[in-house]
Amino acid sequence: MPFEMPVEKWASTVNEVTIGATSEEGGTRTSTVTVGGDTTLPFLDFEGKSPNRPVVAMEVLDMPPDEWPSPLEDALGKVCRDPAAWARMCVDEVGADLICLRLVGAHPERGDRSPEECAETVKTVLEAVGVPLIIWGCGDADKDNEIMPRCSEAAAGENCLLGSAVQDNYKTITAACMADGHKLITEAPLDINIQKQVNILTTDMGLDPSRIIMYQSTGGLGYGMEYAYSIMERTRLAALGGDKMLSMPMLAQVGSEAWRAKEARAPEEEAPQWGPVSERGVIWEATTANCFLHGGTHILVMWHPRAAQLLRKTIDSLVSQES
Amino acid sequence: MGLTGLDIFKQLPKKNCGECGVPTCLAFAMKLAQKQASLDQCPYVSDEAKTALEGASAPPIKLVTIGEGDRKLELGNETVLFRHEEQFYHPTGIAVLVDASLSEEEIEARIKAVGEVSFERVGQILTLDAVAISGEGDAFVKAAGIAAEKSAVPIILINEDPDTMGKALQTAAAKRPLICGATDENLEAMAALAKEHNCPLVVRGKDIEGLAALSEKAQAAGAADLVLDSGARTTGAVLQNETIIRRAALRKRFRPFGFPTITFTQSEDPSEEVLEASTYIAKYAGIVVLQRMEPWQLLTLVTVRQNIYTDPQKPIQVAEGIYQIGTPDENSPVLVTTNFSLTYFTVEGDVEASKVPSWAVVVDTEGTSVLTAWAAEKFTAEVIAAKVKEFGVGDKVKHRKLIIPGHVAVLSGKLEEELGYEWKVLVGPRESSGIPSFLRSSWPG
Repeated sequence: MPFEMPVEKWASTVNEVTIGATSEEGGTRTSTVTVGGDTTLPFLDFEGKSPNRPVVAMEVLDMPPDEWPSPLEDALGKVCRDPAAWARMCVDEVGADLICLRLVGAHPERGDRSPEECAETVKTVLEAVGVPLIIWGCGDADKDNEIMPRCSEAAAGENCLLGSAVQDNYKTITAACMADGHKLITEAPLDINIQKQVNILTTDMGLDPSRIIMYQSTGGLGYGMEYAYSIMERTRLAALGGDKMLSMPMLAQVGSEAWRAKEARAPEEEAPQWGPVSERGVIWEATTANCFLHGGTHILVMWHPRAAQLLRKTIDSLVSQES
Repeated sequence: MGLTGLDIFKQLPKKNCGECGVPTCLAFAMKLAQKQASLDQCPYVSDEAKTALEGASAPPIKLVTIGEGDRKLELGNETVLFRHEEQFYHPTGIAVLVDASLSEEEIEARIKAVGEVSFERVGQILTLDAVAISGEGDAFVKAAGIAAEKSAVPIILINEDPDTMGKALQTAAAKRPLICGATDENLEAMAALAKEHNCPLVVRGKDIEGLAALSEKAQAAGAADLVLDSGARTTGAVLQNETIIRRAALRKRFRPFGFPTITFTQSEDPSEEVLEASTYIAKYAGIVVLQRMEPWQLLTLVTVRQNIYTDPQKPIQVAEGIYQIGTPDENSPVLVTTNFSLTYFTVEGDVEASKVPSWAVVVDTEGTSVLTAWAAEKFTAEVIAAKVKEFGVGDKVKHRKLIIPGHVAVLSGKLEEELGYEWKVLVGPRESSGIPSFLRSSWPG
């Protein structure tokens, strides 16, 4: 029986999106990040190309959680009260491709920080690092509608990635994004139809589809990872099949989800049968990320420096083939 | 891609005798195509037709069994490339290497440890599947003997010298080990051993084309149950070959690749080993052989496997009942939710985040979320009231307040009525993420 390579003929490609603007492009970034452009499923270079490798974004919170599990406290405790220092550490020591600044401190039940304070934090982080920035609101719709336009304006021309537009609240952030020359995250709650709907709603406002990154929500390993994984696979197949409203690159919030798991957090006294938490938490995060790589995610937002480094090594091993 | 009803119909006798139980040959052909009937039911089918149809209707990836008894490992018989298309059926077997050069005590201890690994997650017991004995000469033969006698799980025998393997099989063959294995150099002898002892055999190609040729030769030599090793040893190349093998078997019906596969981690760093193995689990490996067995490695990998091999149509459920989140007491709030694992885990996480210890009343809604369960009438006032009584919630707390999800606020009046107006029903937030602020601001109500 003669062997024939089982190569698929895909009809279309994933959009290519660039984040960040250097001085020639009207910004102040020292590097930019381009994702997408894939003509096949992840890491199958025998049948197509993925011109841009998946990228590692490190998350920086404007206000750290009340308590971290010990591995995060050990790794981030010294910098986590200073977003600029935190961001610098992520770039200098971890080699982050992007910084994902999440403005959790704006939430009415956390710090209730003002739009001015949030915009100031954005400027501080932009000054602290040269990599492109993801700027994400606090998750409270009304408050995000106050802070995001100000943050967008403060970063005008930097070609940041702003998050997020959801089905019930997309107009303000989309308008800000268009006005200030940024890219947009469209978000859906593990639902491919809602994801498509948000993409249609935002592009109907005049946003070019090539300015969108999709966030379909994330389940950590053991806590719904497979839902996110399958939605990513279905989305990638839809993109390659030619569905223009699902052809945007994808992002996964890995750190914040993976570290919710008991398996990642529980101290060894509570779960001696699981081994040391110093290894367990990091591997829980890195493995969640690894699964999403195979689902087809382009931007992985990480928390622990060592998990991010493991992820980067894995990406190296997947993109450099011996064949 | 099986045969269509019409393809099958062409091969049938077209007598329309009805002896198969359906009135016409066409109707029988349709049933065969849907795998609802067996060709044996037709008394008149010709031998040529039988051979042609059985060849075409055999599963595209053969089911291969390693070991025997309760913990035998079944691999293959997969039908799809993506789990959302249907589901993945036979979870990747996780095996651990045992080096035959260790002392007898060490070998025995490691074999025992592999058999004893067990984690419980969402009501499922997750275990390891095989020991992989690797080594040379007499030490290998001896270690194989120890495994045959002591191992609770199936055995993989890794050695490429047919004489040594033959000696090992004298004691181990009764356990139906996986012989690992055949290469271009030793194919005839290894295939003969597999045939003689009726054991499954790994064939390792130099590359993907070499593997195809070797697989055909092994079958021709009488080795019926094969496990494929593409020979690649870097993560990216293994991933590509696994994809090529699965696709060729399913999409092209390429028979030499119609078998499960085996992969071997190479990473020197234990964390990288987990990532390497999780790649193979996600992408089609029948078996992954690990070098190490740290508990944190295994917990992670059995969870990846559990997630990937979950039936997408049947969500993981938690058992119904009353759960403690933190250490609640008689004054703690009581929240009602469904038994869809994601719903429960989300509620559990958000209650933990609130730092308000609570009771959770988990109602069996057949693994559906709040809105779906409500729409399907599995999460009604009657159902909830019955469970509140059945679980003895009134004995756990002194107060008489129940918090229900905001999405089913409409149930509150009826639920109070069903509970004889002994309980006051509080409407919680619509989304679980609102629980911390709800509990902090609205409790004790």
